[in-house]
Amino acid sequence: MHKGILLGAFAGMALAAGAASAGTLDDVKARGTLKCGVNAGLAGFAAPDASGRWEGFDVAYCRALAAAVLGDAEKVEFTPTTTETRFTALVSGEIDVLARNSTWTFTRDVDLKLDFIGVNYYDGQGFMVSKDLGVTSAKELDGATVCIQTGTTTELNLADFFKTNGMTYQPVPIQTEAEARQQFLGGACDAYTTDASGLAAARSGYPNPENYIILPEIISKEPLGPVVRHGDNQWADIGRWTFNALVSAEELGVTKANLDEMKGSQNPEIRRLLGVEGSLGKMFGLNDDWAYNAIKAGGNYGEIFAATIGEGTPSNLARGLNGQWTDGGLLYSPPFR
Amino acid sequence: MTMPVAVTAEPFRLSMLIYDTRYRSITIQIIALVATLTFFGWIVSNTLANLAALGKTFDFGFLQQRAGYDINQALIPYTNDSTHGRAALVGIVNTLLVAVLGCITATIIGVLVGVLRLSSNWLVARLATVYVETFRNVPVLLWILALMAVITDLFPAPAAFRGDNATAAMMANGTVAITNRGAYIPWPVFGTGWQAVAIVFLLSIASAWAFGRYAHARQVATGRTLPTFWIKLALIVLPALIVDWLVGAISFQVPELKRFNFEGGGFIDKSLIALWFALALYTGAFIAEIVRGGIQAIARGQSEAAAALGIRPGRIMSLVILPQALRVIIPPLISQFLNLTKNSSLAIVVGYADVRATLGGITMNQTGRELECMILMMGFYLLISLAISTVMNVYNASVAMKER
Repeated sequence: MHKGILLGAFAGMALAAGAASAGTLDDVKARGTLKCGVNAGLAGFAAPDASGRWEGFDVAYCRALAAAVLGDAEKVEFTPTTTETRFTALVSGEIDVLARNSTWTFTRDVDLKLDFIGVNYYDGQGFMVSKDLGVTSAKELDGATVCIQTGTTTELNLADFFKTNGMTYQPVPIQTEAEARQQFLGGACDAYTTDASGLAAARSGYPNPENYIILPEIISKEPLGPVVRHGDNQWADIGRWTFNALVSAEELGVTKANLDEMKGSQNPEIRRLLGVEGSLGKMFGLNDDWAYNAIKAGGNYGEIFAATIGEGTPSNLARGLNGQWTDGGLLYSPPFR
Repeated sequence: MTMPVAVTAEPFRLSMLIYDTRYRSITIQIIALVATLTFFGWIVSNTLANLAALGKTFDFGFLQQRAGYDINQALIPYTNDSTHGRAALVGIVNTLLVAVLGCITATIIGVLVGVLRLSSNWLVARLATVYVETFRNVPVLLWILALMAVITDLFPAPAAFRGDNATAAMMANGTVAITNRGAYIPWPVFGTGWQAVAIVFLLSIASAWAFGRYAHARQVATGRTLPTFWIKLALIVLPALIVDWLVGAISFQVPELKRFNFEGGGFIDKSLIALWFALALYTGAFIAEIVRGGIQAIARGQSEAAAALGIRPGRIMSLVILPQALRVIIPPLISQFLNLTKNSSLAIVVGYADVRATLGGITMNQTGRELECMILMMGFYLLISLAISTVMNVYNASVAMKER
């Protein structure tokens, strides 16, 4: 009996692993929907709006990918994942792609058998505290109670940061943004730490956002990006170049509004990107208008950024590192040729 | 005269494997065995093949690697430089802690409420019924979350204790602070000479035990009783207190409000409190029903006979009814203890660092060793459950009716 339970669990994993083998593109096409793992609720990145429709920066990438692969941006099934379940969900084949502000690290890429297909947001870990606390620097947090999302790189960075600075802290592990909100707003933790973009997004949803400040220290590099399973290069290419298409579109001035007009452009790279010339899409098993569809879904990278997390939105994030390389940012898409 | 009938053994035919009852059961067993082995063999080979396809290996080397994360409650020395194996051990100790605390509290609550449900006082009996039905019929996960929310929202943050117009104050003469982060309590500090106190304390326990034997023998011989409880209590507590007062070995460190938190003294994390009491209240409701059933299983004549002998109601319960009821109560109680222990794996919802949260949560997530971590965790819960049921079965055998 006990043995049975153990081996039953084995069997479950084995079957799940079986489903995760190569051929994701065929699976998605056969299914007719893209299964996309997103944050269970982080305003600006992935959260259902008042009518229950998923909206956000990561969600927009999923829609663009669905549009590129299936020709319809609405054919996405969103699976909310926690920090703990996200990679298991991906590796087991429950989702096709994970777009959930996940940090690209060596062990995740190599040991966890994941493929990060790009960086859609260059971030860093920060701290948020209540103004009443009178703290102006993260180095003053000795002895503080810190809320932290469990199973994240931030958890390890936090341990390193306090250790290097010879400080102590009391961690309060939490699993979701909703839990963090309850604990942090209730004063059960002095500081809340996660990626600076996540802090800004979370703060935008608080009753009195002006009462909370994000401390100036950024204690880590957090390149966030979409992830696919290791070993399916075709699918990884599709994911990577769909993202690159959105970035290139911004660089080339192709927007959702002028998309059809741009088809008549004389710029050969725009013509190749939009499938007017050459047949880039065919090379990885898609239609030639894949990038056209992807851009049509939510606009280019800049438009998505502005609509979800950019200045003027509740998150109010500046482009900063996430600007085009031509503007001093880090976004640099390889050429479409 | 009768002709001798030649009894010749019927030659063995293959069909006899199915139609002959002498062979049939063996045939079926062999088929079942082969089918089972094939099934498990297929599962294992399929797992290995799929792991290989994913490029994953199966090894436990990660347990030796540096964990790199901090744990909010570690009863054994642990820093983020310790290994993943050590982190798993911290989680195991935390699981055991909450399981033991929960089992003890649940038993106390269960016995109390189970007896109260049978009270002749209408109000008391109804209140006990309301408790049992409310806690038994709502999932334990919700109770854990509810308790956590209550602690977070009801109790003040440490900042509320600060300043001249503080909105909260420490309790018990300024030694205990109950906040929405947990309870800060005084903690003993063992100074020089604490060994003397410890030795006196152990001797006191021994003398209390000896006194109990003496009192019992005296009661058997003369029929006269002594107030054993109070004398024992005095025997255990007073000598140690007197010695400690003389030597001044053990002092208490009282928590003090510092920059962010209370520091010094002991700290009981709210996640432990929420998990502990939710599990105890939930399982206590089941135990109450078991206790009530056990008591009702004892024939009414027993209590009537005891009453006829002039025994007081409280003693009828403790000397006549409960010892007999225990025989009925223990076996289902075992499964409640097992349930409580296993339910403690819900700890992660309140961020309590049990084995599911360390080994099966952070370690699994940071190393990506799902299969290995799952196997280790299942092995641990299996082992602990078997250990609990063994201990309880031994105890059950000792209280069971001795039949000769």
